[in-house]
Amino acid sequence: MSRRRISVAINGTDYTAEVEPRLLLSDFIRHEAGLTGTHVGCEHGVCGACTVQLEGEPVRSCLLFAVQADGRQVRTVEALAPSDEELHPLQQAFHECHGLQCGFCTPGFLMSLEPVLAGAHELSDAELRELISGNLCRCTGYQGIVDAVRLAARRMSGEPDEGPATTATEGTR
Amino acid sequence: MKPPPFEYEAPTSVEAAIALLAEHGEDGKVLAGGQSLVPLMNFRLARPDVLIDVNDVHELSYLRRADGRLRIGALTRHAQAEASPLVRDHWPLLTDALRWVGHAQIRNRGTVGGSAAHADPAAELPVAMTALDARFHVRSNARGDRVLAPAEMFADQLQSGLEDDELLVEIEVPPTPTATGWAFTEYARRHGDFALGGAAVVLEPDGGGCVDRAAIALLGAGPTPMRARAAEEALAGQAITPALAREAAAEAVRDISPTGDMHGGSEYRRGLIETMAERALLAAAARMNDGRAA
Repeated sequence: MSRRRISVAINGTDYTAEVEPRLLLSDFIRHEAGLTGTHVGCEHGVCGACTVQLEGEPVRSCLLFAVQADGRQVRTVEALAPSDEELHPLQQAFHECHGLQCGFCTPGFLMSLEPVLAGAHELSDAELRELISGNLCRCTGYQGIVDAVRLAARRMSGEPDEGPATTATEGTR
Repeated sequence: MKPPPFEYEAPTSVEAAIALLAEHGEDGKVLAGGQSLVPLMNFRLARPDVLIDVNDVHELSYLRRADGRLRIGALTRHAQAEASPLVRDHWPLLTDALRWVGHAQIRNRGTVGGSAAHADPAAELPVAMTALDARFHVRSNARGDRVLAPAEMFADQLQSGLEDDELLVEIEVPPTPTATGWAFTEYARRHGDFALGGAAVVLEPDGGGCVDRAAIALLGAGPTPMRARAAEEALAGQAITPALAREAAAEAVRDISPTGDMHGGSEYRRGLIETMAERALLAAAARMNDGRAA
């Protein structure tokens, strides 16, 4: 099958490679660009671990072919932290609220949540849980993740910082 | 979990897309949002030789109202339709149905036309479109333009009425009268899962508190979305009471035999669909009466 030369801008850097049309975007990100923060779970669009942002919108990278991202902008979890020393507020909140244990699902959660974080402090628990319904986590039971989103949203909206909620964190340590 | 090899084409116009479909015939397959097709390819349940990617056919991405009718370009993303004030104000049944489609990440990519062409009986949009009696505009070089009714479009399980060389270009939804009641109900174990059963109901008022015309479409009841015609006819000219809604729902599922599986047996699903239809009828009737009062 004929290969194609494509160029995908990932986190502002152009990655160019000659690929088969069947190469999934998730595999392009990991194997061609070498960015292994994007995790591959189910490879059929159910688990959400491979979620990245295509032109700013969260999408499953295992349900896109790399050729479809030719000439487009992709953001992965590597784009979140401002430096090696400092985490993104959402990452920091996941850390503080026990929003992860093994961490496999975390990049997908972060990339799904980051674009909607600004409005997340106004959401009800049910709305927030629907927001994360497209990502599976087998460690946390989700409460730590909900707490983390609340904490990050609160901090980013400039409300007084009361630290992590204690509902789930105390019981799970 | 890697798709089999294929040749890839990415036309940028409807004309080029249907030329490619004519050239490749049964070997060609249209790729729209890919949220159903790509999983099938990753599982190697689908092995198209040629993928014709229509994501760059921008002329197929639109939502507009003309002569009171909604026209949805086939490439319109679920998320765009879900967020559209035009759809919410005039065809709220579609907005309600769209909220049940997959998850936000799926709806960012999935398309309205793709949901129709995939013809999955457990999917929400085909059921809503069946209740609204939508029309499906398809185009090919060989036959020109054709218009399909829901029963033609949703021909069988995962089998649309499109010929191999045809492209779905537009979904047209007729207007509903003022104060029309609507409701979409479904039950799934987790939000975003395929539903075990559901129903879409449209109740057009006669102006005197009774139903002029009812449409009931069932989700998961058989190989395609199913209209419950006998139940619909029984509701014409009636005021919806809880007893009547219960009777109509029982009538709606009288002849269905849903396929059972590990997630729910046939009898369970039948009972579930009956309950979903009853709830949808009551919710739609309440909205119809609210509309009349307003």
